[in-house]
Amino acid sequence: MITVAVDRAADARPWIERASPTHPSLIDENHVFGELYNMVNVPTVVWVDEEGRIARPNDVAFTTEKGGRYARVSTDDQMAILRSWVSGDRQDPTSQYLENQVAPISIGSQTARAHFGLGWWLYQQGSLESAKRQFDRAGELAPGDFMIRRGTMRYFGSDPFGPEFVEMVKDWRDRGHHYYLPLPVE
Amino acid sequence: MTTVTLVESRKSAQLEAVVAGGDYWVSAADIGAVLGWVVQPEGLCRDEVCIPLANRADLIDADTISLTRLAELIARPLAVSETDHAAYLGPPLVGYEETVGHLDAPDFALPDLDGRMHSLSEHRGSKVLLAAWASW
Repeated sequence: MITVAVDRAADARPWIERASPTHPSLIDENHVFGELYNMVNVPTVVWVDEEGRIARPNDVAFTTEKGGRYARVSTDDQMAILRSWVSGDRQDPTSQYLENQVAPISIGSQTARAHFGLGWWLYQQGSLESAKRQFDRAGELAPGDFMIRRGTMRYFGSDPFGPEFVEMVKDWRDRGHHYYLPLPVE
Repeated sequence: MTTVTLVESRKSAQLEAVVAGGDYWVSAADIGAVLGWVVQPEGLCRDEVCIPLANRADLIDADTISLTRLAELIARPLAVSETDHAAYLGPPLVGYEETVGHLDAPDFALPDLDGRMHSLSEHRGSKVLLAAWASW
């Protein structure tokens, strides 16, 4: 198990310290991990096998019932398939099945990540207004990238659990999209 | 002349630039030093790769190169903040497909809270559950 906090270190620290995990608990302020794995939201899990191959690509997973209800997943079912994979009882999916589950990356989303990258750099330089403009531009180019849109709200004093976020999700869903899109549990 | 900060691959470089038409024109020699791309008779070249230039004047004027046109030619996304004279070059679009468009889990190295680096490849031989989370 490796956890990656897509967060500023100071925001992740109290959570990690309270959990005092024994597994590597990493911090990804720059969205390096999210970019490599084409992630747009958290929580997102990926299963990696002994040979370093993806055994189950990006999926939303919750351990709490409340989170599961929000993402419309059964935490019990998710835990059951994870256990069966770890114990070796679960049959490995075919490459073709897996490839069908890997979302293509659009040029727009990659450009959005460049704007995020510039925004994060400007933020670190203390150039907050310019940073905000870059994050906003990133959000326009990749409106489904909540790592950028929701993840940067706190940088500017917005509450990522408040009305602005609720409105963001409502707008996204009204446009026919899912906030979380779980893989089927088969 | 102004100074533009070019951020790429988690590094930044200060380059002398001329701002024209919302674009930065930087010295060809600096681009060669920072990115390894050099204008040659056969095109824009780095190592063994040369990109033919259909319209050379688009890219290069006297000894300066357009950052926007360069980014297009080498297929890397560019973000610019004119108020800060800062530009960010993302990873190559083609390389990106190569990294994610298959089922080998891309390796990464990231710090823990103490700044100690950990990579996925250290766990080769074990099943790994990668879990991205956040406080938000």
